[in-house]
Amino acid sequence: MPALRELYQEIILDHNKSPRNYRKIEDANRKVEGYNPLCGDHYTVYVKYENDVIKDISFDGAGCAISKASGSVMTSMLKGKTREEAEQLFAEFHKLVKGELNPEENMDHLGRLAAFSGVSEFPARVKCASLAWHTMYAALNNKETTVSTE
Amino acid sequence: MQGYSKDGTDRTNMTKADIDVVAPDIIEKLDRVKGCRHHFPLLRQRVNGKALVYLDNAATSQKPQIVIDSMMRYYQEENSNIHRGVHYLSERATQAYEAVRSKVQHFLNAASRREIVFVRGTTEAINLVANSYGRNHVEKGDEVIISGMEHHSNIVPWQILCQETGAKLRVIPINDDGEILMDEYERLLTERTKMVALVHVSNALGTINSVKQMIGLAHERGVPVLIDGAQAVPHMRVDVSDLDCDFYAISSHKVFGPTGVGVLYGKEKHLEAMPPYQGGGDMIKSVTFEKTIYNDLPYKFEAGTPNIGGGIGFGAAIDYVNNMDMGAVAAYERDLLEYATENISSIKGVQIIGTAKEKASVLSFVIDGIHAHDIGTILDSEGIAVRTGHHCAQPVMQRFGIPATARASFAFYNTKEEIDALVSGVHKVIEVLG
Ligand SMILES: Cc1ncc(COP(=O)(O)O)c(C=O)c1O
Repeated sequence: MPALRELYQEIILDHNKSPRNYRKIEDANRKVEGYNPLCGDHYTVYVKYENDVIKDISFDGAGCAISKASGSVMTSMLKGKTREEAEQLFAEFHKLVKGELNPEENMDHLGRLAAFSGVSEFPARVKCASLAWHTMYAALNNKETTVSTE
Repeated sequence: MQGYSKDGTDRTNMTKADIDVVAPDIIEKLDRVKGCRHHFPLLRQRVNGKALVYLDNAATSQKPQIVIDSMMRYYQEENSNIHRGVHYLSERATQAYEAVRSKVQHFLNAASRREIVFVRGTTEAINLVANSYGRNHVEKGDEVIISGMEHHSNIVPWQILCQETGAKLRVIPINDDGEILMDEYERLLTERTKMVALVHVSNALGTINSVKQMIGLAHERGVPVLIDGAQAVPHMRVDVSDLDCDFYAISSHKVFGPTGVGVLYGKEKHLEAMPPYQGGGDMIKSVTFEKTIYNDLPYKFEAGTPNIGGGIGFGAAIDYVNNMDMGAVAAYERDLLEYATENISSIKGVQIIGTAKEKASVLSFVIDGIHAHDIGTILDSEGIAVRTGHHCAQPVMQRFGIPATARASFAFYNTKEEIDALVSGVHKVIEVLG
């Protein structure tokens, strides 16, 4: 049970129930779909990216609590960030969910992301947590219009 | 949600032995079925501090001790390559392996050993037929019929064949209970149809299809039928002669044997006429650089050293199943399914996917607003193993408009206490995420 409580922390449950920035951005200049074929999680990330700054970012789609909460927390943290800052956070997030970063020692800059530290105990769920991030990364780098975790 | 037959007497795919179940000594028979649980050592373990509740039998079944022992004994005492040595061990291994072929022949009631081809599993069996039979009989403008509830392994090989030949893949639609629409099937059967490939028991929905009737309809038009029996053999006696199917595919690992072995049953007249699927050792009589003469059936289709140890284990699994009263097994599993269906479907917000009248012990379900993946993780924390996802049947998920389901699938070693654990687990899921 402790591991399960670590995974489904209050922040995650809250963002799953009422995801933030869960909408389309009509005038987005970047839009990428992210797909996890293993479990069918499927999201679209919309970004209004101007002068190297994320002016606005949102997502919609369907998936599990972890992937949805991750999209919600991610979009609320990235607004106003530069691409470099966003990628820096993604790198840290990735380490965090793989258990390679101690959340306690990095609290100052991780902020709400620390809620995802419990994912590292559930290897099967790492992809759920990272899906929105991979999709955002592809959007900022103007990559494919669809990314897949497989 | 009463989508299953209660007395078992009207199940079209049941044999006489199954019908005999309704005898007075039923309680004793059912107890004997349940008593088999201790033959499965893996089931004794604890997971996440809880007694393991293994409800993922449709993915793969657990193995009884005698299967495990048979493979260990093979490697300790008999290991040797088969069909190619004059020495003592090779003879012994060959005999043991070939004895399994006869066991399979009787297990499926095939007419001859020559009709039993060892393969890696159901997937390889279907690929063999699509490649060898398919390429020789299916041309541009022809059609191959499958159903809307096929496993990917009975979709993709036919799709590839159709892409390569210019033939068309036709799909029989299913209704909201997850049953094949027979009128639609009859409508699809035309002079263009060159092959029908159907699942006997659906892994995603549990539906038991009326394959015998469907085979008859195809044969009236001279069309051969392949049956994907991966999920049928663990739950019922299968008689390929009675079904009159042209091909039947099974996997050892779903029927209490090891992974990496399976069988393609094919009518001799088809196998005889089909070209080899793979080339190599064992499948030849003689080789020169100018010409190769292929071996007789079934060896023509068995290139290379097979999974000998796995085959031996499969033989032990067949012995084990043959020792069971499959009628009693069917009755016991029906009782489990009924109990689980009642208790799971009465939980608020839970919906069962797959409510066919004829069902094997597979229970797919979704919970309002909760993704299957989260269900799986929370049940796992209670030691309960279920499958979550699309079950290699994405078109089925699309048909029901859902991304995924959680699926509990039962074997005869499962108990009502385990279903009680599942029910509390589902309550817990709702408590955490609802
Ligand atoms: C209905 C059905 N067909 C085919 C297969 C494929 O079997 P295998 O993976 O053993 O080749 C499965 C297994 O998941 C199945 O359930």
